[in-house]
Amino acid sequence: MTITLGHYLTVAAILFTLGIFGIFLNRKNVIVILMSIELILLAVNINLVAFSTFLGDLIGQIFALLVLTVAAAEAAIGLAILVVYFRNRKSIAVEDVNLMKG
Amino acid sequence: MYQAIVFLPLIGAIVAGLISLVGAHARHPGGSPSTQGSHQGSHDGQAHAGVTAGHDAGHGDAHAAVEPAGGSRAAELVTTVLLFIAMILSWIAFVSVGFGQDTRVPIVSWIAVGDLRIDWALRVDTLTAVMLVVVTTISAFVHLYSIGYMEEDPYRPRFFAYLSLFTFAMLALVTSDNLVQLFFGWEGVGLMSYLLIGFWFHKPEANAAAIKAFIVNRVGDFGFALGIFAVFMLTGAVDFTTVFAQAPSLTGKTIHFLAWDVDALTLICLLLFMGAMGKSAQFLLHTWLPDAMEGPTPVSALIHAATMVTAGVFMVARLSPLFELAPVAQTFVVIIGATTALFAATVGLVQNDIKRIVAYSTCSQLGYMFVAMGVGAYSVGMFHLFTHAFFKALLFLGSGSVILAMHHEQDIWKMGALKDKIPFTYATMVIGTLALTGFPLTAGYFSKDAIIEASFATTSPAMIYAFACTVAAAALTSFYSWRLIFVTFHGHPHDRSHYDHAHESPMVMLVPLAFLAAGSILAGYPFKDLFAGEDIAAFFRGSLRFAEGNQIIEEMHHVPAWVAVAPTVMMALGFLVAWQFYIRKPHLPGELARQQEPLYLFLLNKWYFDELYEVLLVRPTLWLGRLLWKGGDGWLIDGFGPDGVSARVLDVTRNVVRLQTGYLYHYAFAMLIGVAALITWFIVRSGGAG
Repeated sequence: MTITLGHYLTVAAILFTLGIFGIFLNRKNVIVILMSIELILLAVNINLVAFSTFLGDLIGQIFALLVLTVAAAEAAIGLAILVVYFRNRKSIAVEDVNLMKG
Repeated sequence: MYQAIVFLPLIGAIVAGLISLVGAHARHPGGSPSTQGSHQGSHDGQAHAGVTAGHDAGHGDAHAAVEPAGGSRAAELVTTVLLFIAMILSWIAFVSVGFGQDTRVPIVSWIAVGDLRIDWALRVDTLTAVMLVVVTTISAFVHLYSIGYMEEDPYRPRFFAYLSLFTFAMLALVTSDNLVQLFFGWEGVGLMSYLLIGFWFHKPEANAAAIKAFIVNRVGDFGFALGIFAVFMLTGAVDFTTVFAQAPSLTGKTIHFLAWDVDALTLICLLLFMGAMGKSAQFLLHTWLPDAMEGPTPVSALIHAATMVTAGVFMVARLSPLFELAPVAQTFVVIIGATTALFAATVGLVQNDIKRIVAYSTCSQLGYMFVAMGVGAYSVGMFHLFTHAFFKALLFLGSGSVILAMHHEQDIWKMGALKDKIPFTYATMVIGTLALTGFPLTAGYFSKDAIIEASFATTSPAMIYAFACTVAAAALTSFYSWRLIFVTFHGHPHDRSHYDHAHESPMVMLVPLAFLAAGSILAGYPFKDLFAGEDIAAFFRGSLRFAEGNQIIEEMHHVPAWVAVAPTVMMALGFLVAWQFYIRKPHLPGELARQQEPLYLFLLNKWYFDELYEVLLVRPTLWLGRLLWKGGDGWLIDGFGPDGVSARVLDVTRNVVRLQTGYLYHYAFAMLIGVAALITWFIVRSGGAG
């Protein structure tokens, strides 16, 4: 069996869906939400690289590198916020993070 | 010269007003009271304040604590001196206009809108000259008198500013060249009357009286304004010359209003007379005048006796060319005048407040003037206005002197036997009373007899009523005037402590009394022929117009002898009854009052007019006001307007706020739904297009 573009896209779609549900169904920890975002970005990256190879256009791979950089920065900032938040509120449970409640 | 007469009081008022403002600033100098003493010390008023500081606090519980403003003496002197200059100029004007030529002094073009052109001009004819003399003379003496009377009051600059400003407004009224300028002066004197009645603003009754005077006058002014509008509608002009020239062509014209056709001239005259009724305190609109006595006594003398209340009489005389053409309105004037003369005299019989007795007397005498106006004897009415100003100002200033002597006691039953304590005041008051009651050869004798003769000689339908009322009122006038004299000055003292401390007023108050007393005697005979004799036509010329066939002046000299003697007999009768009641048998009045209690109470309560108005007008107005306030404004407008809208906005936001749970995954879900919706939208759209 050869691995075609369809397989790549399927994997990416599964990863993307996992990430989405990770955000909604998670009731425990904000870190899990960060990880889910990483998953979504990963799915996007797979798509970008897959289409880049399939179309023979290098820009998609360069763009994937850019996404990786942004994802790294985002993870760093997100974790930093979480640390500070934990220091202040003694909890990072999703249920407790509702300061914007009207 | 005429500009000087009118505007000198205004200058005085401005100067005194500025001093008053500076004084108020010195009293509350922007939160740093330490500067107060040094600032006041620089004015000569400081020494003056020191002299009177230990004196009786009189009418001022609140006043006693307040320092008089700096420069009070300067304000008094400036206003008084300017008024005396205006007075001298007025007498010169009186002679030069009365025996010379009418003049018209244009000052400035005031209003120019479309067809409406109103110039500010001084119309100086004989009628105006007479009023100028009356206003400036009385005002000058009242200013002088006030220096003494208001000596203990810390707000003197304000008082003198008001007095002078009032004089200016009154002069603007009498020199007016058109109805709008007349209205300006009319409202000006009304405003100053309000301010001066409420001068002692810490007294609740004074404030109430001031508001009452203002509101009752508004009722009259409403009619007056409508009258001016009607005149403009029919003639297209408001200046007297044009209006009078067009007046004859208006006879027979009608004004269509709703379903009625009203005779235009009658309607105009009745509306204008409504203004006169308010200002001159005639029957039905008289209720404010007695209450106005809450003001300082010089104010009562100047405004509520001698000048402002005669504005209505002056206005009718000025508009004689209109009134002569409206016989129905003239009859109405006679009836109202005669009713007022009798009504006020009956109420005056039983009043106990010295100033209120004189106030009702004023009301009654104004009724006499209107009788004269109504029967077409305008010059005779002006004659009574002229003489009345002197003796009524005298009576008020005399009452003021008595009140000051009795330490602000106004109840005549707490006085008594004062003739030995204050002989000079007594003498002048007796002269004033003689003039008021029409004692032969005093000023009042000539003018009042002339009115009664005119009311007999007239062909007006109300002739019998007018004659009966004026003659009866003459007897009543004599009775209550002598009652005032007897109870106040004769008998024995009713209040020992006040009696023992009674003192004659200072010279600055006695001099005006002396001059006015002289005027009360001399203002009659020398002017008799000018106002009520053969010289009327030469003296008044065009300023008063007598209709064709108006022979009243001629006929009033041919009335039967008993008519001519009647007022004098009535005067003697009133005097004898008063003497019997209050000197020979002082127990009689009390017995009579007990015997005729309903009648006594009816008179004592002024025919229950205040109570009647309370039930008929005041309460429904308050009810309506409360309804509109609570129901109309509070419930309807606020409920469905601003308050309603804001309440609905709050309801909406209260629900919208619930959407904000604060949970991260809710926001993320919303974003996802949004993205999904957008993408669907794009796919569907591009699918449809492609």
